[in-house]
Amino acid sequence: MCFPLLIFFFLPHQARTHVSYELKDDVAVIRLNDPTSKVNTLSVQMQAELTEVMGEVWSNGAVKSAVFISTKPGCFIAGADINMIQACKSSEEVTSLSREGQKMFEKIEKSPIPIVAAINGSCLGGGLEFAIACQYRVATKSRKTILGTPEVMLGLLPGAGGTQRLPKMVGLPGAFDMMLTGRNIRADKAKKMGLVHQLVDPLGPGLKPAEERTIEYLEEVAVGVAKGIANKKVSLTKEKGFMQKLQDTVMGLGPVRKQIYKTVSDKVQKQTKGLYPAPVKIIEVRDCKGVKRVFFFCFFSSNFGKLAMTSESRALIGLYQGQVICKKNHYGTPEKEVKKLAILGAGLMGAGIAQVSVDKGLTTILKDTAVDGISRGEQQVYKGLNDKVKKKALTSFARDTILSNLSAQLDYSSFKSADMVIEAVFEDINIKHKVLKEVEAVIPPHCIFASNTSALPIKDIAAASKRPEKVIGMHYFSPVDKMQLLEIITTDKTSKDTTASAVSVGLKQGKIIIVVGDGPGFYTTRCLAPMLAEAVRVLQEGVGPKRLDALTTSFGFPVGAATLADEVGIDVAAHVAEDLGKAFGSRFGGGNVDVLKTMVEKGFKGRKSGKGCYIYGKGKKDKSVNPDAEEILKKYKLAAHPAISTDSDIQYRLVSRFVNEAVLCLQENILRNPVEGDIGAVFGLGFPPCLGGPFRFVDSFGAERLVGIMKRFEDIYGNQFTPCQLLLDHAKNPSKKFHK
Amino acid sequence: MVMPWALEMTLARPNVKNIVLVEGVRTPFLLSGTTYSDLMPHDLARAALQGLLHRTAIPKDVVDYIIYGTVIQEVKTSNVAREAALGAGFSDKIPSHTVTMACISSNQAMTSAVGLIAAGQCDAVVAGGVEFMSDVPIRHSRKMRKTMLSLNKAKTLGQRLSLLGSIRLAHLSPELPAVAEFSTSETMGHSADRLAAAFGVSRVEQDEFALRSHSLAKKAQDAGLLQDVISFKVPGRDIVSQDNGIRPSSMEQMAKLKPAFIKPHGTVTAANSSFLTDGASAVLIMSEEKALAMGYKPKAYLRDFVYVSQDPKDQLLLGPTYGTPKVLERAGLTMSDIDVFEFHEAFAGQIMANLKAMDSDWFAQTYMGRKSKVGTPPMDKFNLWGGSLSLGHPFGATGCRLVTTVAHRLQKEGGQYGLVAACAAGGQVSDTHPGGVFWLIVLLKNK
Repeated sequence: MCFPLLIFFFLPHQARTHVSYELKDDVAVIRLNDPTSKVNTLSVQMQAELTEVMGEVWSNGAVKSAVFISTKPGCFIAGADINMIQACKSSEEVTSLSREGQKMFEKIEKSPIPIVAAINGSCLGGGLEFAIACQYRVATKSRKTILGTPEVMLGLLPGAGGTQRLPKMVGLPGAFDMMLTGRNIRADKAKKMGLVHQLVDPLGPGLKPAEERTIEYLEEVAVGVAKGIANKKVSLTKEKGFMQKLQDTVMGLGPVRKQIYKTVSDKVQKQTKGLYPAPVKIIEVRDCKGVKRVFFFCFFSSNFGKLAMTSESRALIGLYQGQVICKKNHYGTPEKEVKKLAILGAGLMGAGIAQVSVDKGLTTILKDTAVDGISRGEQQVYKGLNDKVKKKALTSFARDTILSNLSAQLDYSSFKSADMVIEAVFEDINIKHKVLKEVEAVIPPHCIFASNTSALPIKDIAAASKRPEKVIGMHYFSPVDKMQLLEIITTDKTSKDTTASAVSVGLKQGKIIIVVGDGPGFYTTRCLAPMLAEAVRVLQEGVGPKRLDALTTSFGFPVGAATLADEVGIDVAAHVAEDLGKAFGSRFGGGNVDVLKTMVEKGFKGRKSGKGCYIYGKGKKDKSVNPDAEEILKKYKLAAHPAISTDSDIQYRLVSRFVNEAVLCLQENILRNPVEGDIGAVFGLGFPPCLGGPFRFVDSFGAERLVGIMKRFEDIYGNQFTPCQLLLDHAKNPSKKFHK
Repeated sequence: MVMPWALEMTLARPNVKNIVLVEGVRTPFLLSGTTYSDLMPHDLARAALQGLLHRTAIPKDVVDYIIYGTVIQEVKTSNVAREAALGAGFSDKIPSHTVTMACISSNQAMTSAVGLIAAGQCDAVVAGGVEFMSDVPIRHSRKMRKTMLSLNKAKTLGQRLSLLGSIRLAHLSPELPAVAEFSTSETMGHSADRLAAAFGVSRVEQDEFALRSHSLAKKAQDAGLLQDVISFKVPGRDIVSQDNGIRPSSMEQMAKLKPAFIKPHGTVTAANSSFLTDGASAVLIMSEEKALAMGYKPKAYLRDFVYVSQDPKDQLLLGPTYGTPKVLERAGLTMSDIDVFEFHEAFAGQIMANLKAMDSDWFAQTYMGRKSKVGTPPMDKFNLWGGSLSLGHPFGATGCRLVTTVAHRLQKEGGQYGLVAACAAGGQVSDTHPGGVFWLIVLLKNK
């Protein structure tokens, strides 16, 4: 149970640990630092101590102004304490929490003395709401300084008045953009938007460590500003430019506002397909200007409370927490740090891996067998980095120095100093064996051989190795620079140190990592394959690619099944379907593999070849269905079973096979735990984030209900829909959950 | 004349020629946009060379080589050394080249000269530097340049018209040269302000140092100590014979200025920074043997030098701290052996930051791998005749001024060893790899 007030009541008897303050002349400098965590959050303790300190500051007549600053490097306040919200059992509890926050921020907003927020590092969610309640904001231009309202990504809304204060500061469109996308805003952009008043440069080495001195400098500047505001030398009202005034006037007009809300609502509806309640509530909360403030805050807190109790929010929070877990190395520090990486194959994958590696300072060799291949690969890396330059996320100078880490070559020279080799050559066991042998002849004994394969079992590849303990699977997802997931596959023989190295390299590349056991298709490909097989059957039954896409996206998949097949590559899909079909038998049946094979024969390999289920033209936004592919589907036409062919049935046919296979992977110990299963499915395959992954889906949907649906399909299609034992166990005992 | 000192005292090294500074001159340094405004860079360089010829009376064909340093290049005279040498009446048989290394371009010219003499290639080399900020090359935009170049190649009227038709308003915005690092896009002033903040240098400390520079320069000027300045008859204007940027002010007045780079809380202002300056300098460097044979009385031995470089972002202006101990160790001297210090004053904040860094054990241990601090030069030996803050700083020409000033001060003050430290911007490597900013420290020995 959450009783922040109660805890507050007992606090004065304890020493303060999170908040301290000192007087600098007539300025109260209030310093925040949570000693129990790497980041500051608005935990119960933090809030209570803040309230107490503010009480003392306000009652001290000698204090003319105040400065809030965090002494924690890289973090102002990273947000509300998620655990605190999660610990709440009812929406009423969350509502009361939100109201507590609002009360405190309102007091700060109405403070009799000016308060300056001095921001260095992340200032997110509740942290930002806290900062914008202050009268003035100074921020460092450090790369770590980011402002934003990421609540929507957790299925929540800015719970402590942010929805009201933000639009006043950055205008309605800007505020909607921040709240609905949850994106991070860097300090210089924040200054332009009017979110902060003044910027401070991060300092280099001086008489103290750089960041320590930077925080000190920030404090000096903030204290100066606070004094200035107190004696009216610094004005709080910024003279608005003509355009700003005009914009404000226009935005103030009733019909214009209405139109904005309508446009935003329509857009949100279109993008979320009604699957995410938070964005809708954010708009709703904003759209009630006439309501009296008191009522308004009540209404809005209760909305926050309701949102926090939705399954979507639980799912998104679960993903957030899972992602934090999957960004840690659970295998210890590798004996030898990988500094030099060699990549075999400069194709889409190889070059993509090279890009995310050089970016993080790894010396990288990109080897291919043809000059054309290398040239294409190098261009891909250059383009990836140069696009960042165009977006001003990188300077052209930084791009050049990053590229200096890359060397492209045709031979194995300097492989003798490589610490890790990742092969991304063609998916053929014979070719894999060939390069493995070639590489092992030249690399040093400590060097790790990683295979980027999407389906070939690693132990089969390792069979050709002299040192199988150094062989591991590193399955990247395309496009490598955009997809966050890395699936690492270990065999029985893979040493723990090899795993630790692979995880450490993956983390350096900025990946979210799941470590799974070996087997055909590992985890991700194995889950995707039955779903794609089902998708092919659905297509054969006469559901067009467009409708199939609509059915999957309206279920929450970010990319429709037909489009996904095109993106993955029809040839890859055919390959995987055949391989896994052999390994798992009729359970992986469904659609006819020949459909895919015929498409490949005709050159319809998906997006990369310009044609797949759809036709891809340059610059064309709307893709049209490929009529030749439809011809092929007609040739393989199957009769749909009317009993299980409603829209919803089709959706569950696709999803249940995915989910069942995921649960089976856990049952067979391919997966170590449901968290990695959920993360892998969402970040690697685009499983609907609002459902939180297959395991959370089973928890919230109910195993029994799912089994019931599957049995209905099983009656017609047989073992493809037979629920696995673990799923049956959960169905029998409703108290069994994958996530606590 | 034979050297009366023992070998270790003179810092002479076996099998290395003694190289001497025979003479050094410079044009008056003027605020850009004043009396020199209608000249071209080689005019200024020519004036310095003619002044050197006049002072030394060296025959015009005895010099073996001429090297000039410059930063912002006039494209019409890209080898400004050659244009100036010919115009000054030097023999057209003397090869000349131009070097650039940001604000230590003329230091680079001098050390190149030392190298040529040490290698036995030359016996007498003229080195110098010039900077002309009254006129800088402002280019058409890249788009416009591209269109104009294509226009040259267009064959038909139709092609020409279509190219002309492609010109948009955006093509017309010009490109100005910025005094910014290419690698970090940060201007020097901005960097200096951050550096001052990193070392906790206050605005008052900076203003005090700037005031000191102007007061000392004024005193030196009034006492006639700045003997390196030659008079220069500017065509169509009066004879110029004095620097015109020396303006001692009061602390109150300096305090009124607003920060120039970091607003509103910065500490670097126009009054505590060096200003944009026009000027040129020249020195005559010879092997001791040749100088003596020609009957010259050299002003100083040029004994040793080091170049160092650091991270161009956060340590852009910290060179003296790194370079000074290095050159002293090479020569087997300590800070207390040095009688005359001349440090280039780009910004008062930069000098103060360096003094604080040199005085910090923590900095020495953390960033320099030393056991203890470098130690600071005593202020009663430091830039006693003013510095770049007050005399002016024509980027390419300052190096020769510093070296000549040390020689003159050693003679005047009767000291033995002098030390020059000068900085230059110019990043090479990203902020993860230190390297990219050059400092030159020259050790001089009184003759």
